[in-house]
Amino acid sequence: MIKEQLPILILAVPLLASFAITLFARKSKIAAFALLVGAMGMSFVFAIGVMRQILDTGRVIHYHIGNWQPPFGIELVIDHLNAMVLVLVSGAAFLTAIYSKNTVPAEVPYRFPGEEVPERVPNYYTLYALLVTGLLGIVATGDAFNMFVLLEISALSSYALLALGGGRAYFATFKYLIVGTIGACFYLLGVGYLYIKTGSLNMPDLKVILTSPALAESPTVMIAFMLIITGIWIKMAFFPLHGWLPNAYTYASTTTSCLVAPLMTKVSVYMMIRLMFSVFSAHYIFDRLGWQNGVVWLAAAAILFGSISALGQTNLKRMLCYIIVAEVGYMVGGVWLANADGLIGATYHILSDAMMTLCLFMAVGAVIYKTGDASLYAMRGIFRKMPVTSVVFVIGALAMIGIPPTCGFFSKWYLVSGAIEARHWGFAVALLISSLINAVIFFRIIEIGYFPLFDEQEGEGGHHAHDRAVIAEAPFSMLLPMVLTALSLIAIGLYSNEIITGLVGRTIPAGLL
Amino acid sequence: MKLLSLVISLTLGFLLLLATADLPDWGDPQSPASIHVSNYYIENSVEQTSVPNFVTSVLADYRGYDTMFETIVIFCAGITVLTILRRSHRQKKKEVRPRPAREGKDLILISAARIIAPMMQIFALYVVAHGHHSPGGGFQGGVILGSSFILLALAYDLETILKRLKERSVIIMSGIGVAIYMGIGMICLFLGGNFLDYSAWSSVLGVSAVEARSHGMLGVEIGVAVTVMYIMFSLYADLSSGGEMDEGL
Amino acid sequence: MNEILTAIIAKYNYWSFLILLLIGLHAMISKNNLVKKVIGMSIFQSAIILFYVSIGYKKGATIPITEHGHGHANEVVHQTAAEMVAGFANPLPHVLMLTAIVVGVGTLGVALALVQKIHRVYGTIEEDEILEKIKE
Repeated sequence: MIKEQLPILILAVPLLASFAITLFARKSKIAAFALLVGAMGMSFVFAIGVMRQILDTGRVIHYHIGNWQPPFGIELVIDHLNAMVLVLVSGAAFLTAIYSKNTVPAEVPYRFPGEEVPERVPNYYTLYALLVTGLLGIVATGDAFNMFVLLEISALSSYALLALGGGRAYFATFKYLIVGTIGACFYLLGVGYLYIKTGSLNMPDLKVILTSPALAESPTVMIAFMLIITGIWIKMAFFPLHGWLPNAYTYASTTTSCLVAPLMTKVSVYMMIRLMFSVFSAHYIFDRLGWQNGVVWLAAAAILFGSISALGQTNLKRMLCYIIVAEVGYMVGGVWLANADGLIGATYHILSDAMMTLCLFMAVGAVIYKTGDASLYAMRGIFRKMPVTSVVFVIGALAMIGIPPTCGFFSKWYLVSGAIEARHWGFAVALLISSLINAVIFFRIIEIGYFPLFDEQEGEGGHHAHDRAVIAEAPFSMLLPMVLTALSLIAIGLYSNEIITGLVGRTIPAGLL
Repeated sequence: MKLLSLVISLTLGFLLLLATADLPDWGDPQSPASIHVSNYYIENSVEQTSVPNFVTSVLADYRGYDTMFETIVIFCAGITVLTILRRSHRQKKKEVRPRPAREGKDLILISAARIIAPMMQIFALYVVAHGHHSPGGGFQGGVILGSSFILLALAYDLETILKRLKERSVIIMSGIGVAIYMGIGMICLFLGGNFLDYSAWSSVLGVSAVEARSHGMLGVEIGVAVTVMYIMFSLYADLSSGGEMDEGL
Repeated sequence: MNEILTAIIAKYNYWSFLILLLIGLHAMISKNNLVKKVIGMSIFQSAIILFYVSIGYKKGATIPITEHGHGHANEVVHQTAAEMVAGFANPLPHVLMLTAIVVGVGTLGVALALVQKIHRVYGTIEEDEILEKIKE
C-alpha cells in the first residue's frame, strides 16, 4: 500500500511538519528543528523510493488525487525528470535543514531596534517547510492550474523568509513581491488563454488537444505560450528580467539564501522544461514559432552579463547571485538550442548547478557566521582558520569553473557540444568566456584565502595575524551538510554517465532526437 | 520608468488584442471551455458526490487538492504577516505612530456592532453548513465569521477583542483548521483510498461511498472556515496595529 | 464600421478585462508610491479574475446549483444531460477564481506588511526617497 502512496507522501510530510511546528513546537527551538529535519529526511527517503520505483519499472507514475480520472481531477505525474528534481529538492532541503541549526537562531531574531520575538524561530521553520512543500508540489503536479497555486505558496513563504534578513531586505523583498506577482499573474493569464481554447487544465490532456492543427495556428495559443514563458522567465530571473534577484538574495539571512538561491531558480527551469515539452511540444515551439535563435542569443547575453557583473562585486553573496543569473542563462540557452545534447546539458545542469550553488552558499554562510563579514576580505586566512570550509569552498569553485571530475565539467561539456551541433557559436563562446571569468573570480578568492600575508600588508589584519594559527571552524551541524554537498558534487560528476543515460536521457521529447 | 512601463503595457495590450479576435464570443455555450471538462461536472456531480452545488463539488472534491493548497496559502499568508510584523510591546513609545490616536469609544457604534455581530456569525455558520446546497462554503463563511470579529475590533478596540480571542489561540486554531483538511485527506490513505478520496470514509461513517464524499466535503469546508476566520482576524490585527497588538485603528 | 462594432460588443468582456489589466500593470511598474503599486497589483489580479469568470458564463444559463436535497436523489432529477449542460453555467472557472482570489488576499496582506516595515525603516513609502536613503 505504501508503495502506491509514495508520491503524495513526499509532499504531505513537509506539509504535516509545518502544522506540527505551529501546533506543538511554538515555544521550543529544538523541537521545531527536530520536526523539520525529521520531515525533510523522510521526504528525501520517499523521493528516493519513488525514483527507484521509476528506475525499476521504467514507467511514468500517475497518482490520481481523490481517485478521480485525470482530466476531471488533479493528478501527480512523475517521470524520470520529475523524479530526479524531487530527489534534488528534498535532498537540498534536508541538508539545509541540518545546516540551519546554528544559523537560524543566530540570525533570525536579529537585534533591529527593539524587535525580539521568541516565536520567530519556530515560525521560520514553519515557513521553511511550506516553501519546500510548494517546490515539491510544483515538481510533482500534472495540472497547469495547480502549478500556479503551488507557485504562489512557494513565493509567499519565500517573501517571508527573505524579508527576515531585516533592514534593506524589506525593500528588496517588496520589489521581488511586485515582480514575482507580475510573473505569476502572467502564468495564470496564459493558463486562462489555454483553458479558453482547450477547456482542460490537465497537462497530458492539454498536450493531446494542442496537437490539433486548428489550435497550432491559433494566435491565442501562441500568446498563451508567450505569457507562460515570460511569467516563468520572470520567476527564474532570466536576463532582462533578473533585476529583483541580486538584492533579494543578498540581504537575506544565510539559511534563507542557502535554501532559496539553489532551489527557486532551478525549479523554475524545471517548470519551463515541463511546460515546453509536456504541454506544448518541441515541434510547436521550435518548428512553428521558431524563436530559438533569439532566445539563445538572449541566454548568451545573460551569461556574459551575469559573469561580468559577478567579477565586479566585493560582497561574496552578491557575487554568487550574479553567478546564478549567468547559470540561468546556461540552462535556458541549453533548452532552447533545440537539440538533444543541449537539453541533456540543461537538465543535468539543474542537478549539478543546484548542488554547486548550495555548496558555495553554505561555505560562504559558514564564513559569514564565523567572521560576521560578507565581503571578499572575510576570506583572509581562511585556509588556516577554517580548513574544512575552505576545502568545501574550493570544490564548489572548481565545479563552478567546470574542472573534471566535478559535475560542472560534464554539464558544460554537453552544453558546448549542443551549441556546436546547433552551430550557435555565440552561445558556445559565451559559455567559455563565462568559465574563464569564473576561474578568475574564484582563484582571486582562493588567493585571498590562502595568503594570510596580504592582510598584514593591508594594515587592518593585526588581530588576524595574532590568531592565524588558531583553527576556528564552523560548528559540526554546519560542517556535516557542507561536506556532504561537496562530496555529492564529485559523486554527481563521477556518476554522470549513469545519471545521463538512466535519468536525464530518458526525458528527451521525441521531437529532439 | 513611466515610458518603459507604457511601452510594456501597450505591447502586452497589443498582443492580447491580437488574440481577442480568435477568442469565443461572450456567453457562447459552444466555446471549448464550456464543452470539454466542465460538462462532466454538471452531468455527474449529483450522481457521484450527492452535492447539488457543482461549484462546491468541484472545489472540495474533484479539485480538492487545489483547495487544500488554497487554504494553506491563507495559512502561509497569516504566518508570513505575523513573522514580518510582530514585535514586542515595550519599545513602541520611542517611535512616531504612523496612525492617528484613537478618541474614546462611540456608544452608537458599539451598540450597533453588538447587535450585528451575532447575526453575522449565525449567518456565517449557515453559509458554511449549507454550502453544498446553496451558494456558500468554507471560504465565504470563514470570511463572514472573521469580519464579525473585525467589526467588533473596530467598534471597541483591538485590545478588548484580543482579550477574548488570544493571539496564541488564533494561530493555533488556524493551524488546526488546515490540519482538519489535511487530516481528512490523510486518513483516507489509512482507509485504503488515495489522498483526499473521501469515499474511503464510507466504512467508518456507515454510509454509501457517494454520501461519504458529501460528508467529507462538509468536513473539509469546516476546516477551511476555521482557518480563514482566524487568519482574516489575525491579518487585520497585525496590519492595523503595525504588529504591536495594541488598541489598533 | 458596423461589423467592427458588433465584433467589439460580442467580445466586450475581453475589452473590459484588458483595460483593467493594463491600468494595473502600468500602476505596478510606474507608480512611485509603494501603496499605489500594491493597489495596481490588486487591480491587475482582479482583471485576471474577471477574465476567468467571464469564460464561465453561458447565455441563458443559471447558477450551477440543481434543486435537490439530501435523501431525495431520485425524486428531483427530471432533466436530461443536454438540458443540464445548457442550463447551468460552467462551474470550473468559478472554482479556479475562488483559489485566485484567496491567493490575491494572501499576497495583498504580505505586501501591506512589507510596506509597513519599509515605512518603519526608512520613514517614507516613496520609492525615490527610499533609494536616496539607501545610497547615503
